[in-house]
Formats: sequence, C-alpha cells, structure tokens
Amino acid sequence: MNIVVCIKQVPETSDVGWDPKAGTLLREGVGGILNHNDKHAIEAALQIRESHGGLITALSMGPPQAEDALREAMSMGIDKAVLLSDKRFAGADTLSTSYSLSLAIKKTGSFDLIICGKETSDGMTAQVGPQLAELLDLPQLTSATEIIIQKNSIRIRQKLEGSLRILETSLPALVTVEREINHPRIPAMDSIIKAYRDKDVQILSVEDLGGDIERFGLKGSPTQSRRVYTKEVRRGKVSILKGEPDEVADKLIQTLKLKGLL
Amino acid sequence: MSAMSLKDYRGLCVFVEQRDGRPARVSLELLGRGHTLADKLGVDVMAIFIGENVSEIAQEIIYWGADKVIIADDPIAREYRTEVYMNIITEQVLKERPEILLIGATAIGRDLAPRIAARLDTGCTADCTELDLDTEKRLIVATKPYFGRNLMADIICPSHRPQMVTVRPGVMELKTPDRERRGELVYVDVDLREEDIKVKVLDTVRSTSEGMSLVKADKVVAVGMGVGSREGFEQVKVLAELLGAQIGATNLPVDVGWISEDYKIGQTGKTIRPKLYIGCGVSGAIQHSAGMIHSELIVAINTDPKAEIFQFADYGIIEDVNEIVPALTKQLKIEREDVDSEAAR
Repeated sequence: MNIVVCIKQVPETSDVGWDPKAGTLLREGVGGILNHNDKHAIEAALQIRESHGGLITALSMGPPQAEDALREAMSMGIDKAVLLSDKRFAGADTLSTSYSLSLAIKKTGSFDLIICGKETSDGMTAQVGPQLAELLDLPQLTSATEIIIQKNSIRIRQKLEGSLRILETSLPALVTVEREINHPRIPAMDSIIKAYRDKDVQILSVEDLGGDIERFGLKGSPTQSRRVYTKEVRRGKVSILKGEPDEVADKLIQTLKLKGLL
Repeated sequence: MSAMSLKDYRGLCVFVEQRDGRPARVSLELLGRGHTLADKLGVDVMAIFIGENVSEIAQEIIYWGADKVIIADDPIAREYRTEVYMNIITEQVLKERPEILLIGATAIGRDLAPRIAARLDTGCTADCTELDLDTEKRLIVATKPYFGRNLMADIICPSHRPQMVTVRPGVMELKTPDRERRGELVYVDVDLREEDIKVKVLDTVRSTSEGMSLVKADKVVAVGMGVGSREGFEQVKVLAELLGAQIGATNLPVDVGWISEDYKIGQTGKTIRPKLYIGCGVSGAIQHSAGMIHSELIVAINTDPKAEIFQFADYGIIEDVNEIVPALTKQLKIEREDVDSEAAR
C-alpha cells in the first residue's frame, strides 16, 4: 500500500503586509509552517500504513525553504520526501501546480493512494486535489471524515452540507480529508532530530519532471491575479451608544424597535 | 488557446445544483447575478440542470434568470457523482461554448468545478465573494479574500475559456423570481453506462443540516472570544433566543469547542447577510468580517474602542459583553412578559 501525501508550506501568520505599488505580498521575514490541514492528511496516511504496511512519500512544491515542511512530515513518520523547487515553478496557480505534481507522482513510481488536506490556509481553494485526480485519471473522493481500506478498494464517509454519504471506489484513488478525520500526532524530539539529521529531501527541477515547459509556473497558469488590495470595510460612521448598561440596553432595544427588527 | 478561438465562446452558463429535486439556494443567487452580468455582455444565460426526475422544476430555473435550461434527466445521475456530472457538463460546455461558467462553492461545487477546469484546461477561481466584469475585454473579474489582513485579490482568466468561478453561498443577493419570464428547455441524452462509473454511492444519510439555518436567518447574534468564558457564551445564547436570532461564532469559540464548526461565520465558515447582526465580543478581523460584512444593520459590543468592528458597525457599545448582554436579556424578558400578560387579558 504505497501512499503519496501532498503538502504545502504556508506563511505562519496571516498578518503579512503587502506592497501597494507592486500589488504583491511582503512575505520576506515571515516564517513558513506546514499547512495545518495537511497534518491531517499525513496522519491519515500513517494510520493506513500502520494497518496495511507500505511506503509513504510526502510531496511538495515551493521555494527551497519548503524543505522544512517536508522534514516536519518526516518527523511525524513519513518515509520519503520530494520537493519540486525551481524558479520556473513560481507563480503557479492550482492547475499548473497540479500539472507539476502529477508529473512528479508519475516519476515517483507506483502508488495506490494519494491523500491531500482539505485546503491550504493561504490560497484556500481546495482545487489541487480534484485537479491532480483529473490529470492522473483517478477517481476522487473528497471531504472524507473516515477512510476504510479494503483489498483493492477504498471506502470513505463524505461530509456534504446536510448529508453524509458512504462512497466506494477501486484503488488507485485520490482522497481529500476533513480536519475532523483524526488528531495529528505530535512528533517526538528524537524523530524531529532524525528527520533533520538522517533523512534526505529529494529536490526535483523542471528538467527532472520533463513535460511541457509552457505549463509550468506563472506562464502555465490560466488564472492571474490582476490586483491585490486592502478592502475598505468602512461603511459610514458608527453611532456609539453610551451610558450605564441598563440605559444602553434600552437605547439599543428602542433603536431596533424603530427599525422594525423587534 | 489562440486569440481567435476566444471569440468562439459566447454566453454565460450557471450549473444549477440540486438535492432531492430542489435547486440549491446558491445556484439561484448565481442565476440572478449571472443574469445581470450577461445583460452587460449582451448574451444569454444558460443553465445546466442534472438529476433524476427533476424535469418538473426546470421551468422554475427560467423564472430565476435563465434563458435556456439544459436538462440531463437520467437514473445514472440520481446521486451526485463527480465523474457523471463532470462528463455531462464538459460535453455541454464543449458544445455550447459559454465564455463564463459559474458554480456555487458548496461541497459538491468545490468537488466538481476544479476537475472540470482541469479537463477543459482552463482557469477556475475558487470560492469568490464578488463578481464583476471587464466588459471591454469580456473578462469576469472574480474577487476573493486573499491571504492576510483585509487583503482582497481580483482574479482573471484572460486567455482560456470558459472562465470558471466558484462563488460562496450567501454572498450574492437572492433576487425575486419573475414568473413571466420565458425561456427554452432543452433535454439532452446522457450517454454514460453505470459499469463505467468508478465511484459508487453506498449510502446517504441526511444529517440535520446544522448551521444552514444560519445562512437564511434574518437575525444573527455572533460570539467572539470577548465573551470571555463559557458562561458568557451561554448568556449570549439566551439573548439570541429572546431576539429570535440564530447564534453564530468567530473562529476561536469553534476552535475551543464551545460551538460546532457549522456555526462558524467568515472566510472558513458561512457567509451571512441578515437584517440584523449583533457581534458580542467580536473584534471584526477579516477572517470573520468577510462572512458578515453584507449584513443590513450591524451592532457591535466590545470593550476595545479600537476593535476593527467599530470601523464598519452601525451601532457600537464600548462595554463588556457580560454587562450589556444581561441588561438586554432582562429588558427583553420584561417586555415579553408585558406582551404575554397583555395577550392573556
């Protein structure tokens, strides 16, 4: 049972600035962390390996420092790590990212299952999973809150708005997991040390992947960000209601009544 | 895709999601918004509607803004499955060539849309909160809250068609259906065999759609960490009940387990536009405000006069929630008793 887990390094805080002239984020000096949702994908893979054996590869794309996210994945117990890192991958949207990842997965060899987290905390698109499934011609099972592996098939519990479904398909397949599926383990100090000292992260460039050079990075991305800006959420001046709590409460209730809201 | 072939794509298409034969509310929101955008481009709105025994309600889709409804009514489409829906939609899109394809960002929409985009080798902007047009270039400009504080990004898809966007439920206004509208219903055959479909649905359990009432509610009382404690939270719940309001929350009360994820409002939760929103101990950071900024009347209760919520609230009370909420509750109870005794007489 070989599993590929796709992960991403995301900025550790949402409190980053931006350059109004260039319209780009100022990410310098902002540290990167392993995307929280991806820890649930890693944990799901580890639990499957515990009962079915096999090898787990973590795959990521990003700048060289994204290696840290892969080391964190290895400290949790992932066997192997691959990072797609090349300036020509920069600016990739979800389709171009999925294309690059799909080539890497084909190169990595045989696999039975691909697991992705729900979405990243920066882009919040949840698109790479389904797009990767399409490019690898795999059935996709999204929003899983439980995974059951049988012989050559996989069953999940899928959470939709207002319903839960049990879906089944044959392997190989791609699954995206909800956070409620599990509680990611916290790596022990010695496994963190080992992940940094004894393990390698394989780095792949555009040349290593082969494929169509036109489909990588910004150039290979159908969507483009035209403008990034701060949103003025000001709507008009706020009226402050002042006085003792009882007075203020009365003022608010009278106001709501006047507006037909009570 | 060459510049020439872009011109071959005309029209706006909305995928109308249904469950148990009822169109999803977000699809109706998109028909209304899509109709306005299509008018600006001088084109028609086409809807794609898929299911089993759903033909009866197809007419209604016209009332909500479609000029033409393509209906794929087949037993194979009884339950939503990615592969079935993707095949039907991509076939119709390749035939009809709409320049814009809008899909609601529900769990199903977010499962389906990116896969269609990959199949058609086009761009899809996920989970948008605003839609606009660059009419000159015939581009849809999709706005989404972007990573970071109060950052928004306008995303375009300049050289691939159709331009795909998934839109958050609740952000577009629900228009009134026009029962005088006329349009065309087109039935298409589904050329798929069950044995070729890889995913089987073994069971479907309706779960009480917790939190969905939040999206439809006229009044919402939201709690933030400013309520201070579980007790404070319980007091706000009492107030919400007296007001006939639904309770909602910012990220933290959900994270600490006071309330389920289904009641989260904001970027990673629900988007609401009630007549009345009361924020109790809510600071108003974008993670939350992105989901409630379109509320008609916003009342904020927070001890911090610098809290962001006072930048966009209509009424503000700079005071501890635990002082104000009990005062409100007390007065509302007195008023209710007055009304009750009045009625008893």
